[in-house]
Amino acid sequence: MITLTGVSTDQHSVTEPGGARTLVLEGVSKRFPTGTVALTDVSLGLGPGDFVTVVGPSGCGKSTLLRLASGLERATAGSIDVRAASTSYVFQDATLLEWRSAARNVELVGELRGESKAERRKRAQEALDLVGLTGFESQHPRQLSGGMRMRVSLARALVAEPELALFDEPFGALDEITRLDMQTELQKLFRLKRFAGLFITHSVSEAVYLSTKVLVMSGRPGRIVAEIPVPWDYPRAPDLRHTAEFAALTGRVSHTLGEHS
Amino acid sequence: MTAPRVAQADAPLLSEPGEPRAAAGPDAPGPWWRTALVRSVPILGALLGIAIVWYAVTYLALPANQRFLLPPPHEVFGETLTNARVMGPMAAALGRTFGVTVVGLVIAVVLGIAYAVVMSQWRIAERVLYPYAVILQTIPILALVPLIGIWLGYGFPARVVVCVIIAVFPMIANTLFGLQSASPAAHDLFTLKKASRWQRLRKLQFPAAVPSIFTGLRNAAGLAVIGAIVGDYFFQQGAVGIGGLLRVYTERLQIDALLVAVTLTALFGVLVFSVFAVLDRAVVGRWYGHTGR
Repeated sequence: MITLTGVSTDQHSVTEPGGARTLVLEGVSKRFPTGTVALTDVSLGLGPGDFVTVVGPSGCGKSTLLRLASGLERATAGSIDVRAASTSYVFQDATLLEWRSAARNVELVGELRGESKAERRKRAQEALDLVGLTGFESQHPRQLSGGMRMRVSLARALVAEPELALFDEPFGALDEITRLDMQTELQKLFRLKRFAGLFITHSVSEAVYLSTKVLVMSGRPGRIVAEIPVPWDYPRAPDLRHTAEFAALTGRVSHTLGEHS
Repeated sequence: MTAPRVAQADAPLLSEPGEPRAAAGPDAPGPWWRTALVRSVPILGALLGIAIVWYAVTYLALPANQRFLLPPPHEVFGETLTNARVMGPMAAALGRTFGVTVVGLVIAVVLGIAYAVVMSQWRIAERVLYPYAVILQTIPILALVPLIGIWLGYGFPARVVVCVIIAVFPMIANTLFGLQSASPAAHDLFTLKKASRWQRLRKLQFPAAVPSIFTGLRNAAGLAVIGAIVGDYFFQQGAVGIGGLLRVYTERLQIDALLVAVTLTALFGVLVFSVFAVLDRAVVGRWYGHTGR
């Protein structure tokens, strides 16, 4: 269930109401105090079971979109409505606290919420098991590989039981093999948890592989120029990436991207 | 005043506070005392080098009739170290200086950390308070020492004050640097989780600052030794510490005793510095999960 309309001045947009929306942006613009316009008139809505990826040229305001949705920054125009009891945010790099073990990094979320020690231990362990880090609980970030650090970061996002999960190019710094692994892992987790997901990336194949819908953004000022639905059910096999249908869809996304950057 | 320089040589204060260190990694296996032993090899080498130069100057550079200006090491240490009439007062003086150093260091550490924490919490506090810290650092302490004596007397408290003034700046600067070292993303994480100011300080800023605090501690320790000696040297009143003795020996031209005092002072500085360097490695290593395997 997603409705979204990329809107430029020459287009009319309809944001369909109806359905339980977890995140709704309407006519959102962002202009920084320096005068830079990062986003113009962006509208989108997503609910449980939607995994929307946003692709666009670098500097098009993709990350700004996420910061606005999370409330880290205020929009200069438009409205942002978040109806999620819990929101998680996965950063570009794992952003772990170096002095805490993997388990204690995940427990941080519970600590800040004031959960009891037993409760947050149990939940951290569950989250770590879920991302395949059983046995690495007591390792510190410096002792873990890049992929494992990102898994800890995912566990920290999951432990909050998010209704809305925001991803800011989380796999961008990983090597290709690890990156594909993490994509497979993430869509499994999505299938399991069915949060509403908004995922920023500059990789077209990553966008297509993960999502129920790809949004294509134009260069600065960023606006959404196309929405391309992705048909396949979850779980998605890694080999999906080698099919002709997948190639056709990524081709379409790339083509749209090329027209607008 | 050659003695304090020993401690100062390795106190670049702000050049690299809290640089990420690989901590007690694979180059530091075994128990702490073995690490300490391995680490003291360069120091022993340096001492050997000094002894060689010393002998060379005594026997090769000085004519025999001026040799009293720099007697050879074995005479200086052999005779003076066993002379109870010299060593008794010297030990007592060192004890007093040690007391001033420890108390001054503790106060400098507590004060420095508190000052930096306050500055880290409000931007306006940093703007208002930082200049005072800088002034404290740049003020000509030698001009201030006599004034402190006049105002506070020449006893223990005045000596501690001199010591604190000299030692506190690296604590402030390094702690503040550490408190501000957490990444913007980590701060975003705390913001998104609606962390209170106290939670952010306790769970993010302060833990992030621990390595820098230890860097500050190491530098402050070296400076505290200097501070204790400087106060003592210039007061010329009250119970003498090792600084006062240095002056007395200089005035009386007791070169043997002077050289022993200088040596002991230098060793004292090295000892204090080393204790904190070892502590630093042990704690910071553990901090990042290398559990001294």
